[in-house]
Amino acid sequence: MSATVQARDLARGYTMGSARVNALRGVSFDVDEGEWVAIVGPSGCGKSTLLNLLGAVDTPDAGTLTIAGQRIDRMSDGDATGFRLRQIGFVFQRFYLMPALSAAENVELPMAEARLPRAERRARVESLLGYVGLAARADHRPSQLSGGEQQRVAIARALANRPALLLADEPTGELDAATGLEMIDLFRRLNADGTTIVVVTHDAQMAAAASRRIQMRDGAIVTGDGA
Amino acid sequence: MPVRLAILALVRHKARTLLALLGIAVSAALLLDMVMLASGMKENFQGFLMLRGYQLRVAPKGTLPFDSDATIDSTASLVAAIRRLPGVSAVSPVLGAQSQTTSTRDSTITAFTLGIFPDVQGDYELVRGSDLTDSTSLVANERWLSETGRAIGDTVTLAVGYDPQLRTVLGQRRFVVRGVARFFYIAATQPTIGMTLPVLQAMGGSGRRDRSSLLMVKAADSADIEAVRSAIQRVSPRISAISLEGATEAVEQRLGYFKQLALVLGSISLAVGVLLVTTLITIGVNERAGEIAVLRAIGVARTSIVGQVVMEGIVLTGIGALSGILIGLVTAQWLERILSDFPGLPATFRFFVFQPRDAGIALALLAAAGMLAGIYPAWRAASLPIAGTLRREAVA
Repeated sequence: MSATVQARDLARGYTMGSARVNALRGVSFDVDEGEWVAIVGPSGCGKSTLLNLLGAVDTPDAGTLTIAGQRIDRMSDGDATGFRLRQIGFVFQRFYLMPALSAAENVELPMAEARLPRAERRARVESLLGYVGLAARADHRPSQLSGGEQQRVAIARALANRPALLLADEPTGELDAATGLEMIDLFRRLNADGTTIVVVTHDAQMAAAASRRIQMRDGAIVTGDGA
Repeated sequence: MPVRLAILALVRHKARTLLALLGIAVSAALLLDMVMLASGMKENFQGFLMLRGYQLRVAPKGTLPFDSDATIDSTASLVAAIRRLPGVSAVSPVLGAQSQTTSTRDSTITAFTLGIFPDVQGDYELVRGSDLTDSTSLVANERWLSETGRAIGDTVTLAVGYDPQLRTVLGQRRFVVRGVARFFYIAATQPTIGMTLPVLQAMGGSGRRDRSSLLMVKAADSADIEAVRSAIQRVSPRISAISLEGATEAVEQRLGYFKQLALVLGSISLAVGVLLVTTLITIGVNERAGEIAVLRAIGVARTSIVGQVVMEGIVLTGIGALSGILIGLVTAQWLERILSDFPGLPATFRFFVFQPRDAGIALALLAAAGMLAGIYPAWRAASLPIAGTLRREAVA
């Protein structure tokens, strides 16, 4: 099985005031195609920084990062934007749907940006909302949806352009326990259908459901296991 | 989608957007009015002079028509000479003077008096009654009739001066009021009458014999106006032949203050509009920083973000501008009424003349202003650091 993610010696630091904080210190790992990896660790250990690098919204100070066969560690902003649009699906803790758009329009947004034909977009929106169980709520605004429903719409949006990698940052963080379990089931189904997933989480049940866990501490990987 | 997102972003804060639209509409209205005022006076003045198709004016050397008491001598021969020039189709001599009469209430009324030839005159239009038919008839405006208490058919005695040493009036004659006229170039508040030119010349004694204040010259449609003007100028060194352009230029110099004021006020209103839209959209961008960062994170290009934000400015300015055009037309009418009460202004003179071109200029300036207003917030939106903004949003 080929590796969707190949991270080698990734380092990323920030300057906070006069102090230099090394958020990532030589992180290396692979994520195979079709794998579901959970990155866990205490707050401030570098999980989100790593996720930002994987999502091409940030660039490492050192190291190499290859996703879906493309080196993204030195990509220009324009190339990184195009790469995110077509190869990365983002799911955020707070859903971050566009409040003025309906569920269907939120899902359609990345496809419109990718200049997909309208008919194709509409068909895929219907299919994705059906997949996450929200076909009947297509015309609802985010404010008219529950937290769990909003997160499902966000997942449908993340899958819109058939990304090579789905990244999720605490996807159950804003949900109650029962809805969190439904979300874990949805991720399980996504993974079973072939989606490669990397999820950053504090949720033990979400982490346990992943096929592999990467434990981080102080900007480095301390352990990794396979399910 | 940028247009839809721009509209939706504006609709999210209805009250704020409405207030901003109102502000832009007021700016647009002011801008339109100023553009109308700046160019309207010139356009209107040309139309004003061309009311009866006389493209040229001949005044005593170095003066503008009725700019002074100076007169042109040997009018009859001058008119004949000009009439013979190629391209000239009509010449209308005009003499201006003051006349006095006694009202029905026994008070003396002084009127501006025009001596003309009724068959070629270009100074008035008959409102009712009949035109000048003989040496005893006169036409008067409503103001003269109301001040003298006279009506059509009444016989009145007029004089054109008073000698304080002899304690006698000069050039006294009796006339019959034949008609009511609207004088184009005289303020409606000024009592005014018209009579035939030879009569007014004769009433003035030797001092006005064969004299005129002004000649109005109509050139043939096919004639080169400037060539006709030059030819007239060569007829006599005692006259100034003035074309429409020359007269407009002279008046524009005198009304330069109005134009400068209009330009300054228009520029200020445009700047206020730009600042208003920039402020509003920048606030909106700051409020939506998280949303914008998410859009960037899911792959929306900077150009799309810039497009959306600039579109917000254009939509806001566009709607405000269209509303402003309507407000501007209403306020122009209101201002016109105020300015037309200015003493001495002819009744037919208009300051504000609506022309589609003016609305086009105002709209184009506002569209450019809308784009300009969107540039700074668009730059802010496009340059938001994605990871940092998302981190701040998560903490918030």
